[in-house]
Amino acid sequence: MSAPKVGNLLSSKLDAELTPLLTVTAVSKAFGGLQALSDISLQVHAGEIFGLIGPNGAGKTTLFNALTGLYSIDRGEIRLNDARLDGRPPHQVLHAGLARTFQNIRLFAEMTALENVLVGRHARTTSGVVGAVLRLPGTRREEADSRERAAALLRRVGIAQHADRLAKNLPYGDQRRLEIARALATEPSLLALDEPAAGMNKAERAALRELLLQLQADGLTLLLIEHDVKLVMGLCTRLAVLDYGVKIAEGTPDVVSRDPKVIAAYLGDEAI
Amino acid sequence: MSSVLKSRWLAFSLLALGLALLPFLVDAGLGRSWVRLLDLALLYVMLALGLNIVVGYAGLLDLGYVAFYALGAYVYAWLASPHFGLHLPFWAILPLGAALAGLFGVLLGAPTLRLRGDYLAIVTLGFGEIIRIFLNNLNAPVNLTNGPQGINLIDPVRLGSFSLSQPHTLFGFTFTGVHLTYYLFLLLTLAVIFISMRLENSRIGRAWVAIREDEIAAAATGINTRNLKLLAFAMGATFGGLAGGLFASFQGFISPESFNLMESIMILCMIVLGGMGHIPGVIFGALLLTLLPEALRYTGDWQRNLFGQIYVDPADLRMLLFGVALVAVMLYRPAGLIPSARRRQEFADAKG
Repeated sequence: MSAPKVGNLLSSKLDAELTPLLTVTAVSKAFGGLQALSDISLQVHAGEIFGLIGPNGAGKTTLFNALTGLYSIDRGEIRLNDARLDGRPPHQVLHAGLARTFQNIRLFAEMTALENVLVGRHARTTSGVVGAVLRLPGTRREEADSRERAAALLRRVGIAQHADRLAKNLPYGDQRRLEIARALATEPSLLALDEPAAGMNKAERAALRELLLQLQADGLTLLLIEHDVKLVMGLCTRLAVLDYGVKIAEGTPDVVSRDPKVIAAYLGDEAI
Repeated sequence: MSSVLKSRWLAFSLLALGLALLPFLVDAGLGRSWVRLLDLALLYVMLALGLNIVVGYAGLLDLGYVAFYALGAYVYAWLASPHFGLHLPFWAILPLGAALAGLFGVLLGAPTLRLRGDYLAIVTLGFGEIIRIFLNNLNAPVNLTNGPQGINLIDPVRLGSFSLSQPHTLFGFTFTGVHLTYYLFLLLTLAVIFISMRLENSRIGRAWVAIREDEIAAAATGINTRNLKLLAFAMGATFGGLAGGLFASFQGFISPESFNLMESIMILCMIVLGGMGHIPGVIFGALLLTLLPEALRYTGDWQRNLFGQIYVDPADLRMLLFGVALVAVMLYRPAGLIPSARRRQEFADAKG
């Protein structure tokens, strides 16, 4: 609906000055003797799809967990717009506008697909016990609105036909879509996706790519961990590469893919 | 549309009539003691529904639930017995006892927030025992609980001069104390069922189930897991406290012995056997586990008639049958005797 407008806005913004949405400054995190993240700094601009890549064990998911409040960080600072995120619990990070999905899908298995998305509405609704028990007008309105939005989101990600099925019984690719719908229900300004294409077949990947591009067109900013190099190169506006907890490169896909440090990290030093 | 509505009303009216006549039918068919048992069964329905919020919805395995039951009972006993010489009316004490139990639900829940599964069970079990041991020993220096002797002569429920302990005659029917108690308990049980149902399908209920399913995902989806777990503890404890107050007024006497670990486990069994997280299942489980043991008492008489002596003590038989029933349910109906539609679907899907 408002897609073209946002698109225009973006292209004009790319030429002019970019507004940083997420600012990560010198973030470090160690587990015992293992330095999982060392002085990571990066900026994600509003409206872009930012890719986070690196070999296995590079610290990508650790960074995600640090961003979303699941891990506390040892040093550094994380800001979303002007709000400090570091040191805050996960639900507050989400309230601030940063939603995420998980590498190993974490749905509410025994809830239906629709209910999973409804849980996503929790953060943006306020009804309490009294409202629920007495079915106050405000609660009823809120509930109806939540259901409408949840159903719309299921249609949006293309799994409306599964609305009343238990999440655990959905096909794998649809479970990933459901996780995205649940995250979208929280009305994030930044959506962080941890390997959304993992385990998907070619057709599912193509559909996912379309979905992510649509979300970007609607004005959402995406942060993406992905192993599928083709998907990342085609989709992302910019990339950061992690290796052993250190950021070794950052830039457009073109620049990053030619970076000798990146090639070495992926193929080994001998390759150069 | 209107015929559906009509048949619904018919079913509803029949159910209401059945529930209203039940104590008289039971009285005529089985005897007065069974009406008393019916009252007790309703108490256990309230308790089981309370624990169901904590265990069934939020997935927090609480083995010390009986502590809140005890708290409600002792609050009632303190404020309506010769123990302190206070005789407040029941409508003032019941909410107070329920609220205090709810507060204790939060106080005991707070230190356990980081625990899950087995660890949570062990800690709550400890809390339950601590409360019972306190009740056992708080007869000195100030005599609060009268120790193991318990508190006696607790006032029955009374409204003005209308007391539930005396028989009343209305429209030619004689309502004895146990009959009237039945109606009071039924009313409150229906209220507890109503609240449970409304909560189940609400923002709050969904958040509880989300925490049960995956706490990390729930937190990452914006649920304040700390507050919602405390709310579950508080809601469950409130129902427990309410049932405790009713129990005290009903029995007229309470002692710490009534609130031991076995009682907690029994309430948990009701939920597991009936169908965890599913209201009809929980009600069925509570009724079954309250009424069945009493029916087993008859086996003593049968044995005496058949063999001239009792070979198996009915009380032992009860525990044996519970064990067998639990094992059988776990093997053949793992979702409970009356599982919710979604649990049924889940097990069907798993098979197919």
